[in-house]
Amino acid sequence: MRVRRFGAVVGAVAALSLALAACGSDTEKTEAKSVVDKAKETKKLVVGIKYDQPSLGLKKPDGTFEGFDVDVAKYIAQQLGVPESGIEFKETTSANRESFLGGGQVDLVVATYSITDARKQQVTFGGPYYVAHQDTMVRADDNDIKKAQDLKGKKLCKAAGSNSFRRVTEGPPDGKLAISGVTLVDASSYSECAAKLKAGALDAVSTDDLILAGFAAQQKGSFKVINDPFTDEKYGVGIKKGDTKTCEAVNQAIQKMYSDGTAKTLLEKHFSGTGLKLVTTAPQMEGCA
Amino acid sequence: MSQLSELFDFGPFFDNFDKILEGFWATVRLSVGAGVLSLIIGTVLVSFRVSPVPVLRSVGTVYVNVLRNTPLTLVLLMCALGLNDTLALQFSDDPGTTYYWWAVIGLSAYTGAFVCEALRSGINTVPLGQAEAARSIGLTFMQSLRMIILPQAFRTVIAPLGSILIAMIKNTTVAAAASYAETATVMKDLLDLPSFSSGAIPLFIGVAIGFMILTLPTGFFFGWLAKRMAVAR
Repeated sequence: MRVRRFGAVVGAVAALSLALAACGSDTEKTEAKSVVDKAKETKKLVVGIKYDQPSLGLKKPDGTFEGFDVDVAKYIAQQLGVPESGIEFKETTSANRESFLGGGQVDLVVATYSITDARKQQVTFGGPYYVAHQDTMVRADDNDIKKAQDLKGKKLCKAAGSNSFRRVTEGPPDGKLAISGVTLVDASSYSECAAKLKAGALDAVSTDDLILAGFAAQQKGSFKVINDPFTDEKYGVGIKKGDTKTCEAVNQAIQKMYSDGTAKTLLEKHFSGTGLKLVTTAPQMEGCA
Repeated sequence: MSQLSELFDFGPFFDNFDKILEGFWATVRLSVGAGVLSLIIGTVLVSFRVSPVPVLRSVGTVYVNVLRNTPLTLVLLMCALGLNDTLALQFSDDPGTTYYWWAVIGLSAYTGAFVCEALRSGINTVPLGQAEAARSIGLTFMQSLRMIILPQAFRTVIAPLGSILIAMIKNTTVAAAASYAETATVMKDLLDLPSFSSGAIPLFIGVAIGFMILTLPTGFFFGWLAKRMAVAR
């Protein structure tokens, strides 16, 4: 009995792997088409965004989405010939965005996705659509921290799933400023960092200025961004590796977004009144390799 | 088939092995602290719940029902954000130390409620005659609980206590809510490294195996102990 059952298990596993292999070849067949062509044909696009970043990509309780990333995604989709009703937003996180793009679960990722050399091995990037800089946010009434170097001896937030703190506390390759004597305080997310900053449990939160400006805009009067940028974070549009046709189309859309003034309107809509210096000229495109 | 091989490419996992080990060390420290404290809290609570004083009994009941029915994340958030940050009840000026102790307290307060309920079911297995005999030879309530009832109760619930302990070890992964960085936090950080581009699933599998290395021996040990310490009746 036991032997027979074991055989059944082996058979089931073999059948499953065959089925998986079949799936694999299936998706390859359909994925051969580039996203631009698919968008033109079906008028549909699946876009990966973040759900938890105020002013960038945020899912509201009523199920709608808002933020700069969301508006950029809508603009790009419109340029690719997809109406707003044809866009399906999906949540992508640091953990799943590469595999979602590779597996075709999403067509584009517009989710504060920084272009790095390591990621270029896995993903083709369109853009960047904005170059953010790492900056530091403090309480509105705090006059001790005026530049990044003032963080020495202060308590800095270390949000889980983010390596922004390394650029303050460590030197290259992962870091930048290598300021010693910074005390790190763990938090589960940047929203919690903001809550802790407000409560006085820490002195500063340091990450991309657009993310910080989002919090400053959400809770007006509580925080200020100190405007001492020290890195370049090139936010790109993630595209399946090798899909250069889509990449070119996305780059054109981004150029147009800046030349027709939409970018300026969108940036002002989401980030005005936060003390952040907005760059409203088109960033240098990376090129589609 | 390339998707399948991506599932089992453990390169990124071993590249960051030192960081992951550090994360597990933090998990072990939290588990040991919370394991000891939750046993103490559970024992005190159960003596409340079976005591002859009605006020203590209701305090015990309310505590168990409130803590057992609150999500752990909220308990930990309350400890870190509410008590430590807002009310400034800090154990030390070093955030690493103060948040460690708040994580231990939050996790023990929560797990203690489950330990209490397991112990109470153990007390119910001790024949009533034993308590009556203890009273008749002149032992007070505390004496009979300490010398007659609890030792037998503990022995009968060793196996369920083991399950509670295993659940607690896995619950440490939400300690990020109490600003305490452990394995799950380290794992999330690795995913965001600029040099990290693939291998999320092998990383998850590796961390899952790491947790099994902690929990499986715990389970076997408690199973063995339960057999060895069983009360022969």
